[in-house]
Formats: sequence, structure tokens, C-alpha cells
Amino acid sequence: MTDQKVIEVEKLVKKFGSFVANDNLTFDVCKGEIFGFLGANGAGKTTAIRILCGLSRPTSGKVLVAGIDAARNPEEIKKRIGYMSQRFSLYEDLTVTENIELYGGIYGMRMKEISTRTADLLNRLDFQQYGNTLIRSLPLGLRQKLAFAVAVFHDPDIVFLDEPTSGVDPITRRQFWEMIWETAARGITVFVTTHYMDEAEYCDRVTIMNEGKIVALDTPAALRANYGTDSIEELFVKITRPKTAAV
Amino acid sequence: MKRFMAFVRKEFLHIFRDYRTLIILFGLPAMQILIFGYAVRTDLTNAGIAVLDNAHDEVSAEIIGKLEASEFFEIKFHLTSYDGIDEAFKQGKIKEVVIFPENFGARLTREGNATVSIIADGSEPNTASLVTGYTTAILNDYSSTLTRQLTSAIPVINPEVKMYFNPNLESHFMFVPGVITLILILVSALMTSVTIVREKEFGTMEVLLVSPLKPWQIIIGKVAPYFFLSLVNVIVILLMAWFVFGLPVRGSVALLIAECMLYILLGLAIGILVSSSVDKMENAIFISFLTLMLPSLLLSGFIFPIENMPKIYDYVSMILPPRWFVEIIRTVMIKGGGLAVIWKETLILVVMTLFFMALSARKFKVRLGEGTK
Amino acid sequence: MRKLLFLLKKEFRQIRRNPFMARAIILVPIIQMLILVPAITFEVKRIDLAVTDNDRSPASRELMAKLSGSSFFRISATPGNYPEAEALLFSGEADMVLIIPDDFSEGLAGVNAPRLQVLADAVNPTTAQLAWSYFTSVVRDYNREVMISRGTAPAALPGIAVSPRFWYNPTLNYKHYMLPGVLVILITAIGLLMAGLNLVKEKETGTIEQINVTPVKKWELIASKVIPFFIIGLVDLALGLTVGWIAFDIPFEGSLLLFFACAAIFLVGVLGLALFFSTMASTQQQFLFIAFFFVMIFILMSGIFTPSESMPRWAQQFNYVNPVAYLMRINRMVMLKGSGFYDIARDMAALSVLAVTFITFAIMAYRKRA
Repeated sequence: MTDQKVIEVEKLVKKFGSFVANDNLTFDVCKGEIFGFLGANGAGKTTAIRILCGLSRPTSGKVLVAGIDAARNPEEIKKRIGYMSQRFSLYEDLTVTENIELYGGIYGMRMKEISTRTADLLNRLDFQQYGNTLIRSLPLGLRQKLAFAVAVFHDPDIVFLDEPTSGVDPITRRQFWEMIWETAARGITVFVTTHYMDEAEYCDRVTIMNEGKIVALDTPAALRANYGTDSIEELFVKITRPKTAAV
Repeated sequence: MKRFMAFVRKEFLHIFRDYRTLIILFGLPAMQILIFGYAVRTDLTNAGIAVLDNAHDEVSAEIIGKLEASEFFEIKFHLTSYDGIDEAFKQGKIKEVVIFPENFGARLTREGNATVSIIADGSEPNTASLVTGYTTAILNDYSSTLTRQLTSAIPVINPEVKMYFNPNLESHFMFVPGVITLILILVSALMTSVTIVREKEFGTMEVLLVSPLKPWQIIIGKVAPYFFLSLVNVIVILLMAWFVFGLPVRGSVALLIAECMLYILLGLAIGILVSSSVDKMENAIFISFLTLMLPSLLLSGFIFPIENMPKIYDYVSMILPPRWFVEIIRTVMIKGGGLAVIWKETLILVVMTLFFMALSARKFKVRLGEGTK
Repeated sequence: MRKLLFLLKKEFRQIRRNPFMARAIILVPIIQMLILVPAITFEVKRIDLAVTDNDRSPASRELMAKLSGSSFFRISATPGNYPEAEALLFSGEADMVLIIPDDFSEGLAGVNAPRLQVLADAVNPTTAQLAWSYFTSVVRDYNREVMISRGTAPAALPGIAVSPRFWYNPTLNYKHYMLPGVLVILITAIGLLMAGLNLVKEKETGTIEQINVTPVKKWELIASKVIPFFIIGLVDLALGLTVGWIAFDIPFEGSLLLFFACAAIFLVGVLGLALFFSTMASTQQQFLFIAFFFVMIFILMSGIFTPSESMPRWAQQFNYVNPVAYLMRINRMVMLKGSGFYDIARDMAALSVLAVTFITFAIMAYRKRA
């Protein structure tokens, strides 16, 4: 992790009508960092991540991704990032290799490069026999891993992962995070949202969102020390309890 | 019962929340009534024609005057030779050319027999028949008048015609029953099948099956809104037809509504059958379209009379419910016939309904059984 | 440009992998052609005539013979009285009823004017009118024959003989007329529905979001959706045309190049519309409802059944923006009359304007981000 900032967000506000989904968010992400965005469902995580990816326009505030203004130049940002959406979005009726080829080509890679990297990828993931399998025939865990691999296939500066481990068994989750560490080690910044509180421990720094606002931002260790809890989960409940108690 | 009503209410909300569904439910019939009522005309007005008068005598002048005066025609060109004809047809400006030979008038008055040539644009056969038909009528009219002028001693047969059911010869009489048929099958069959399959595809069907609701309650709950909406649709269409072009219901309204309810039930049964045979919404849509919509529109006698089709279509259309229903509606609504006239067609529909209901009930039980294993 | 190629590769792979679609592309044109074209006809083949003969004279029998001898009429029943005859109209067993009064032959002998009473089922006014005009022709001929056989001079009974000739379609074959129309419906349906459903499906599954987050430009995405279905549309048109040619022996008088050029322009417009509609729907069902609604309007108003010239003012004005109306007219003119470029230049220009407009709407409406 370096000190060079790849994401700078200052007072980001996103409103849908009168509903404030993101309320004055301010944070920075450094190059090579694994930055976690925690929060319950509906806290505003997906909204924020979509703005950072150029999929949504901020209502107000400064948002710089890889030095590019997200409000004015979203298309430029898209050249430098990778994204894995909450909804699985590889093409079910194409094979593994065909999906990889498509995205490799879209990001401007040469055919030769694509095929070498594909072979490499299949080896690393132990997927060799699945090269020509249709996505729809793959089990969920494999799909998720593949989606992540495709998201970083073109060596983006930053990769955004929106709840990548939802609905996946614990072993696959662990393997997934190994892939994330590997990616970060290559110098790719990882921005990941999740509602699994234990995954916070895997991040370099963590933000906790509640009802559109950032209520905590620090390393996991610092957070635990500050709030005097043994786990991030406890901390989360502590921070948000007054509001969630009524539920 | 309370659970059931809550379920039905949810279904209604589904429908009304989505403006696109409302477009199909209400916009489509309204649109069709308007178009069929006002825009689609099977008769002819202001058809462009050309005249080539080689006779240049009083008789031809008189006849041309009659053509000019008729509301069917609009004389666009007075040609002087055959040369311009092909050109004028190719540009689509005229539908026919009326040609008077030299000495036309003289031949007619002296020999009592003269020929007029008509060249019509055959690329639109319907128009061509009408155009030549009207022209012939005007010519016949002229020669009859001439005869009567010449002598009253010769008996000229005078046939009189009474146009039954539609004295003003409006074209929308034959369309409105068809529109009703189409809309009903669309709403009751297509939409029902889609809404049931949607629950299957999204997995919410299983949730329903696990709930205290019985399977039959689920199905009835899903189709009930469409039953009512179809009825509302029929009434709206009838009211529109009445207010927009004064189309009455000559027969018994109660009978009409009863027959509509029967047809709706049939549509629902078919919809349920389709939904139990497919798993994906797009397939449900595709099948409903191909097997229900297109035949209803084109092979049911709605627009194109069945007796004009090749014989085999007559036989095939017998298994198509819309064919019988169009017949029933036409008879009850426009001819004012009662049950005595249409009992045969009604019976056929009843049998079809029972058949489809039995079939879908069985298929659904089997499918549901599989689903809950 | 490269990105477009990769996208196109993906589109074609997906189409090939979808068995449903592959079959539909081939079968739909063939089935539509074979089934629809013979069915949709307004030609009046045979009129069921019921006759109540109250005269029962040689004269009335002669008249009946002449009627049944004509190719138009078939004497389907001989009800004994007026109420019975009327009932046949109600039940639909007779299209037309002729009541010959009991003083018919006397009338012919000159005692008083001979009358005939006809009751016609006018629910379909066009067939009723045609039937009536056929009837009066036969009656008139009969009248002349009777008088002339009794020695009246022909000159005293002037009759104008009409000999109609039908150019471009001498036998007034309805199939020749309907086939271009069915072809238009074919490519409209395929172009609009298939392309639109395809795009909305990506919305539904979420794969479109993955594309939206890549550097793929808007025009590249739209092109990748338009091009495959453009090609499929033209292929299906060719297929339909071939089937029509083989099965129905339809003529093709004009230029094939012109025909396909116009169809191509039309397809571009229709695909633009499909994309535009797809931005209004988030599920395939919604798209279908919207698309179906508008396609119905376009097709019904286009003059496929009835000539657009006889439509009221407002309808004809509507057709200025109805691409189906233009192609319908162009198709018929080129196929049956052999109309050339100059003949259809105005229509072609209008169609081009529409096509460009629709594609522009589509591009403007499609957003890569919310």
C-alpha cells in the first residue's frame, strides 16, 4: 500500500428525488489498498460504488477516480477500472473462454495477449477443463471466481467489487479473498463492498456506512480498539444500534 | 378466505402499478376501435381515375359527368392517348382508366350496344374490384335510365335491395366483434399465462405453494383479476362502439355478456394450460402469440371472411375458438340473433372450455407435484 | 471499431446458441408465407343465395337458372316463405335472399312493372355491395335476353358492355397483392420484436450493466445490436420472397436491388424504434406490450387491408410518419408494377428521413448511466 491516492471523494451527495442515498461522503483510497465498504443493505453502498464507476451521476460533491472527475468524464474512468456487479453478469449462453475474449477485446487487448492470459488464468484457477463450458453449467462458486477474474483481466488500476461473496459457501469465500490479496499484491487497488462483517478483517481500511452516511473509517484494528469491541460485527451493532433497535 | 382476498388484491396491484400493462389492457382496445372505426375503410372514396375519351360526343360527356359527380371517383387526368397510362399507374396516381371508343354514342343509340373498356390497376385487387364494380354500376345506371327514357313500354326489371343489419353500409360493424374477440383472448390467455409463468421463473411460485394457500386458490387468485378486467374491457368496448359510432347491441345484452364470460373462461383455461407447459416467460409469450393472436387476427373470419379462403382453412379454423366466437358475437350484436340461432356455436365453445380446463387441471397438478418434491 | 467487432462476435455466438431463435429465423418466414398469404383475401368467391319463388313460372325458373349458372352465385336453399328466408340470413346460411313475387311473369308480360326483392346480409358491406352489383348485372342480362327473344329491337334496350382488363395482375390474384404486405409484416415483426427483446433481456439479467461500465461507446453498443438483426431481417426477407416465388409464383417486375435497398432503410428505422422502446421497458414482457401496441397501430393504419387513399384525412396524415405504410406501397409498386427509382423516389426519401429520426431517438434515449 502506497500513499498515492487513487480515489478522492469529498462531500459526495446522491439524491433520488428527496431521498438522500449518499449523504456527504468523504474518504480517500490509496493505490494498492484493499478498501472495504461495509454496511447493511440499503445503506447506500451500491449507490456510491456506481458513482465511482461512472454508472451514475453524483448530485454534488467532488469525486476523482484515478485522477479523473467522475461527474464530468465517466467514460475516461471506465478505461482504467474493472467492475464486478452484485448481479452476476457474465453471459450464460457463452463459454468461459468466449466471455473472457469479449471483455479482453473490449478493453483493447490483442488476440495473442488474450489467449496467453486466458490459458494462464485457467491454469491458476484450476479451470482448464472448463474452458469450453457454458457459464450456465458452472456452479455458483466457480462463477463468482470467474467474474472476478474477468474484472481484473485487463489489469485495471482499480477494481470495484459489489458484494462479491454473496450467497457463496465459506470455503469459496476464503478462496475468493485469496484472489483479492493476490490482486492487491499486483498493485491493483481493490474497492470492495460487503455486508459480511468478518470480511472487514481482510481489508487494509474499512468504512462503515449507515443510512447514507459514513459513521466510521479506519483500519480494522484501530476501529476495534476505539470502540472497545472484539469484532467488527460487534462494533457495527454498537454504532448502529440506536437506530436499528426499533426494528 | 381472507388470505385469498389478500392474494387477489396483490395481483390487482401488480397490474395497475405498471403503465405498460395498462396500455395493453385498455389502450389497445381503444386504439383498435378507433382505427377500425374511423381509419380502416373497406369502401372507396375519391379514388383517382383517368378518362380517355375517343368519342367526344354527348353520351360520353354525360357519362364522364356522372363519374365526376360521384363521390367514389376523382378524375385526375383526361388522357389523349394510351401512352400515359402505364406511367400514371406506376406512379400510383390512378386506379383505373375508362376508355370510350370512337362513335360510342352513335353505336349505343343506333345499335343499342356499345362497349366501354376499363383498365384497372390489378396490383390492388380489392380496390380494382370495387373500382370496376362502381364504374359498371354507374354505366348500368345510365343505360337503364336511357331505356326508360326511350320507351315505357318495355318492362325493365327493377330489383330492390334491403341491406340487412347494416343499412348504412358501415365498415365498423364487422370489425367490432373481431376487436372484442382479439382483446379477450389477449387479456385472458396471454396475460394469464405470462403472469403465472413469471412466478415460476422467479421462484416465487414455490413460496406460494408452501404458504397456506391451496394450489387451486393460487391459480384462481391469479386469474381472477384478468377475468374481471376482461369483462370490464368488453363493457368499455361496447360503450365506446355505442358512443363513438352508434353501434348498438341488437340482441340480448345479457346473452352477449354471458357468451363473453364463456369465452373469457376458455381463454383463461388456455392460458393456464400454456403456463403449465413452459418455464420461461419469453416462451409463454411466443407460444401465446403464435397460436392465439395471429390466428385470432387473421384466420378467424374477423377481417377476412373464411368462405373466401381455400377450403382447408375452413376445416382448420374449426378448432380455433376465435372463429366460433366471432360468429356468435356478430350474430348476437349485429344481427340480433338469440340463443336459438347460435346454440351450436355456443355448445362448441362450452365443450372446448371444459376440455381445456380438464387438461390444464391435470397438467398443473402433475407439475405442482413435481415442483414441491 | 475493434470493440464493435468483439461485440458482434458475441452477438452472433449467442444467436447461434439459442435453438429457439435459430429455428424461428428460418421457420417463421416460411410458415407465415405459406399460411397467411392464401388466407388473407377479400376476394368474393361464391355467394350463397337463397331463393323464395312465389311465382313458380317458366320465367322465374329461367332467372334462377341464370343465377346459378353464373360463377358468382350458388343457390343454397329454397325457403318456402319470407320468414324462413329471413331466418337463413340470421343464421348465416345465406348471404343473400331473393324473393320473387307472385306477379313476376305477369310483370314481364307488360301488365305492370316486374319487381324483385333482395335481402342482403350487409354485416360486411363490401361483399354485400359486390354481391348486389353482380346480381343486378345478371338480372339486367336476363332482362335483355327475354326482351330480345320476344322480338324487341336491341336498339330499344341500350346496354353498355363493360370489359375490364386488369394490368399487372390480370387474374386479380389476391396473393400477389397480399404477399408484399405479409413480407412487410414479417420483417417488421422480426426486426422489432427480436431485437428489442434481446436488448431488454440483457437489461433484465444485468449483463448490460457490465457492458455499461466498460469503455464501449454508445454507438458501438447500439451498432452491435442493430447489425445482427439487420442482417437477419434481410435474410428473412429473401427467404420469404423465395418461398413466395416458389409456392405462389408471384411476379417480380421491378428491380431487386431497389427492393432490398428500401427494405434495408426500413429495417434500420424499425430497429431504431425497437431500441427506443427497449429504453422504456425493464422486462421482456413490458417491452412486448409496448412494442406490440405500436406495431399494431402501424400495421393496421398502413393500408395493408384497404387502400390508404380512402382513409380520412387525419389517418393519411398519420401515415406520413408510418414507415410500414411507405414500405407497403413501395413493395407493391416495385414488385407488381415494376415501378422504378423515380416513381418511388418520394416515398423512399420519406422512409429514409423516418429511419434516421428513429435511430436518433434511440441513440438519444439510451443512456449508459442513470
